[in-house]
Amino acid sequence: MSKHASPTLPAPVLWTRGDMDRFFETLRKEGYQPVGPTLRDGAIVYDTLSSTRDLPVGWGDEQEPGAYRLRKRGDEALFGYVVGPQSWKQYLFPPRRKLWSADRAAGGLEFKPSAEAPPKYAFIGVRGCELHALQVQDKAFLEGPYADPYYRAVREGSLVVAVNCGTSAATCFCASMGTGPKVERGFDLALTELLDGGQRFVVEAGSARGAKFVDELSPQAAAPEDLAEAARVVERTAATLRRKVEPGGLRELLARNLEHPRWDEVASRCQTCANCTLVCPTCFCSTVEDVSDLTGEHAERWRRWDSCFTFDHSYLHGGAVRASAMSRYRQWLTHKFGTWHDQFGVSGCVGCGRCISWCPVGIDVTEELAAIRANDLGKDGEHAHP
Amino acid sequence: MPRPAADLRPAPLAAEPMLPRAFRVAARRRETHDVFTLELEPADAPGEAFAFEPGQFNMLYVLGAGEVPISISGDPTRPGRLMHTVRAVGGVTRLLEGLKKGDSLGVRGPYGAPWPVLDAEGRDVVVVAGGIGLAPLRPLICQVLARRDRFGRVSIVFGTRSPADILLAKDLERWRSKFDVDVLLTVDHAPPGWRGHVGVVTALLPRAAFDPANARAFVCGPEVMMRFTVQELAHRGLPAASVHVTMERNMKCAIGLCGHCQYGPEFVCKDGPVFRFDRIERIFGVREL
Repeated sequence: MSKHASPTLPAPVLWTRGDMDRFFETLRKEGYQPVGPTLRDGAIVYDTLSSTRDLPVGWGDEQEPGAYRLRKRGDEALFGYVVGPQSWKQYLFPPRRKLWSADRAAGGLEFKPSAEAPPKYAFIGVRGCELHALQVQDKAFLEGPYADPYYRAVREGSLVVAVNCGTSAATCFCASMGTGPKVERGFDLALTELLDGGQRFVVEAGSARGAKFVDELSPQAAAPEDLAEAARVVERTAATLRRKVEPGGLRELLARNLEHPRWDEVASRCQTCANCTLVCPTCFCSTVEDVSDLTGEHAERWRRWDSCFTFDHSYLHGGAVRASAMSRYRQWLTHKFGTWHDQFGVSGCVGCGRCISWCPVGIDVTEELAAIRANDLGKDGEHAHP
Repeated sequence: MPRPAADLRPAPLAAEPMLPRAFRVAARRRETHDVFTLELEPADAPGEAFAFEPGQFNMLYVLGAGEVPISISGDPTRPGRLMHTVRAVGGVTRLLEGLKKGDSLGVRGPYGAPWPVLDAEGRDVVVVAGGIGLAPLRPLICQVLARRDRFGRVSIVFGTRSPADILLAKDLERWRSKFDVDVLLTVDHAPPGWRGHVGVVTALLPRAAFDPANARAFVCGPEVMMRFTVQELAHRGLPAASVHVTMERNMKCAIGLCGHCQYGPEFVCKDGPVFRFDRIERIFGVREL
């Protein structure tokens, strides 16, 4: 990520598939570890990539509430799918990370911070919703009174290569959250894959760091008709979006409906499995584990992902504050769409739809929010007691 | 795939904000059968004073066992050893109870929003504590009494389970002996021979003298006790904006990163633990929030 976009960024260029391969080589030469979408266990996940052949070439995905399936597209598209169960947060906010170790020594306890520094990643194929998710997590991890040093090191060292979506899933609702499908800002490079009339990529630099690759790799400027086609790709994708959230006033709507009967109704379906929070690209809850060796003289503190759906998340002496599934579902949804605004000035939802696809019972946040809006108890209350 | 040399030169990480500092137990004393007070000093700088504000807390770490948030109970007007008064209720606090003079532990902090003591100057002060809730109020009481002339009438209302559960007894005795402080003490139940008050803390509140138009109340105790206390104070005419309470939620990081201490829109660790009551009044009565 580079925050200093130069006013003299190069004009968009056109890359071939061969240029894409040379791009991967250049990334490695520059010391970046390319990570991005690849096929594993019947899903598109994020892992280290050595060339474009590691991308899910020719694969697409079909998603519905509680359902995710891969399918062959019948072409050689490199980015012909949307988002899978993983997100970039696994690199910035690793699922498990040692924070420090402690040893009993003659002078008392000795604490040593974890020295492990992250690699320089090149994030390949970051979608519009995911770019916004990075910016949402920046607020949690970097902009409070205390910053997460590991997150900062990854964020500042990484190259963000965004992709404009050429397809959507039935679970996507980025347009209504104002996060996509077009990537607007916060990238070093943005690609649009064109398939009609031969595979090629329109490449736009969003920062000086990204511009360097454009200058080095391809002098071929994108023709006006290529740029027009790239614009049409995103417009066509936007037109296919079926789901939406009405974002206006969600903060207030949820704040005045904490006792809504819909919470009990959704809790009767919710398994409190935590899938939604683990696949969510903005959820940032973590817990700590303290481990010691058999001598009891050496101990370590590890941080790992946690979820507000677990019983222990709200444990206080005497029991969990949020003992019922109702209260835990309410915490997730009211935080994501409501109190996130109070805490960070933005919505915690970017409309990627992961929580809908990966919910084992197909709970759909867009449907739950619509149900509460359709029967707004707070408003009724205002009418009853003016 | 061999990594190029540039990959092996990652930038060093900034300082880890969750790294504790090594402290030692300088003194310990028992308050009640399950409450104890620890006086702590940095292992590498025994004489160093610990600066904090009333109502703030530290994370205390026992090697290999874990960390707990504990409020600071020392006197901020007499900087010196760090003081914590703790009730042994869980795994880590029981291990803290077993620490002896000279033993080591980890400390990080202080964290959290303090009691706004300055805001109470020129006004009557009502302190209402339930059980171990007296510990986080002790620094506030010390600060008020150190500048006694700057405040109006001062009442300390303390309720606990039984006479055996009276912590900080010497302090209570000292405060009670002052002519310009009203100490009201009650227990939930008492054995024969107890000549004091028996009943919930709200039953004593009518005896606390204050001008509701010019007073500040500071309340710390179990949520149910705070709920009835705030109701009673409102009944006496004290507006919600004149009342401060402390909230407690699960806490792992204490620095706003782990998400555990969320209470509606608030992070108890950095927005609290002390809240002006009107800020949380809307959500205070919501169950399981």
